[in-house]
Amino acid sequence: MAKITYITHDNKNHTIDVQNGLSVMEGAVQNDIPGIDADCGGGMACATCHVYVNEEWFDKIPTKEEGEEDMLDMAFEPKKNSRLSCQIIVTDELDGLVVNIPSKQV
Amino acid sequence: MNKTDALIIGAGPTGLFTAHQLKLIGLDCEIVDNLDKIGGQCIELYPDKPIYDIPAVPECTGEELTNNLINQLKPFDIKIHLGERVDEVKKEENNWIVKTNNNSMFSTPNVIIAGGVGSFEPRKFPVKECEKFENKSIFYSIKDKKIFEGKTVTIFGGGDSALDWAVELSKNSKVNLVHRRDDFRGAQATVDMVHELAKAGKITLLTRYQMTAVKGENQLDEIEIKNDDNKIKQLKTDFALGFFGLIMQLGPIANWGLNIDKKTIEVDTEKFETNQKGIYAVGDICNYPGKLKLILSGFHEGALAARACFKLARPNEKYRFEFTTSSKTIKDRLGVKSD
Repeated sequence: MAKITYITHDNKNHTIDVQNGLSVMEGAVQNDIPGIDADCGGGMACATCHVYVNEEWFDKIPTKEEGEEDMLDMAFEPKKNSRLSCQIIVTDELDGLVVNIPSKQV
Repeated sequence: MNKTDALIIGAGPTGLFTAHQLKLIGLDCEIVDNLDKIGGQCIELYPDKPIYDIPAVPECTGEELTNNLINQLKPFDIKIHLGERVDEVKKEENNWIVKTNNNSMFSTPNVIIAGGVGSFEPRKFPVKECEKFENKSIFYSIKDKKIFEGKTVTIFGGGDSALDWAVELSKNSKVNLVHRRDDFRGAQATVDMVHELAKAGKITLLTRYQMTAVKGENQLDEIEIKNDDNKIKQLKTDFALGFFGLIMQLGPIANWGLNIDKKTIEVDTEKFETNQKGIYAVGDICNYPGKLKLILSGFHEGALAARACFKLARPNEKYRFEFTTSSKTIKDRLGVKSD
């Protein structure tokens, strides 16, 4: 279990307990946090679960697979700290993780 | 006006198998899809990725699954209208009148929406002002490459489309290629060619940059790009081309008076009918308690929706359930010999 804070584009904080093994995307979708579309359902095939990972966390979470970087090319306004939230799997180590949700997914 | 017993929107696996079910029970159908090829998400998103949960198929790729479904439809003559998006669905007496963006018209008692997550549309530049120049000096696909001759063209993207067009247009135009990182994800041979052309001065390569603004009156004049370190560059350009792949958008479906929740359409689990009589939704786009977004669920939903279509298409006949193993009628439809 990890407490994850999702900051939506209107600067609202949503802090949720997410079970280990779920993805950060699933944590958002199951708790109706707005701004994450996840059209492909977690298949790393659509870039609509794009988040910006808080700088201090970016290097602590497991790194991207090659395919994720390719999909991020298609995300809306990708930055250095962009990730697909379906590819970040929750563990105890992620307790306190903060991610920002972009203004749009497409 | 095309008259048919059922019109299927979407040529993905669910749409294709639903067509098969309709034809087996003796109904006509036609299919419309916005993509220029058959297969839906299977072909557009993961043609090479293996799927492991199709019943009795231990492993197959999205492309193989699509090809097998197409083969399964071979006994039947089904019109598939590709590259057309259904824009309008209107009730006229007992039929639905369906119109596409290509002005095809259908009259049918049954419309089956097998639209996945909506229609695939090109992903556009995030800069809002780009809309003003769209289809004039900003494009997301190329129909006539001659318009770029002798002009400056700025191409954005890092995949095969961006790279292929950068190479092609560099023959007769001044080409800038802008991408958000140093690595390109296109075919290695094309990536190498782009680097060679860049060395030879034929392509100006600008990596780690993204578009931040566009300027111009009626035609594009200049674009502004910014890199990771907030360095800003102005580029004089006649055209900007964006190749960021496709996104899925619900699109016009939202305007047909259906109950929609989170981009999915509510249906019952007997007929997979929506709140509109004679409009069904099957596959990823439908929603009901316990819904699973699996291909196999789409097959089941399509089979039941097809039976529901029978009632409206043949109001004076009674539907009889039959097995393909034993029914002579079905074997005749399939063109196979009866025992």
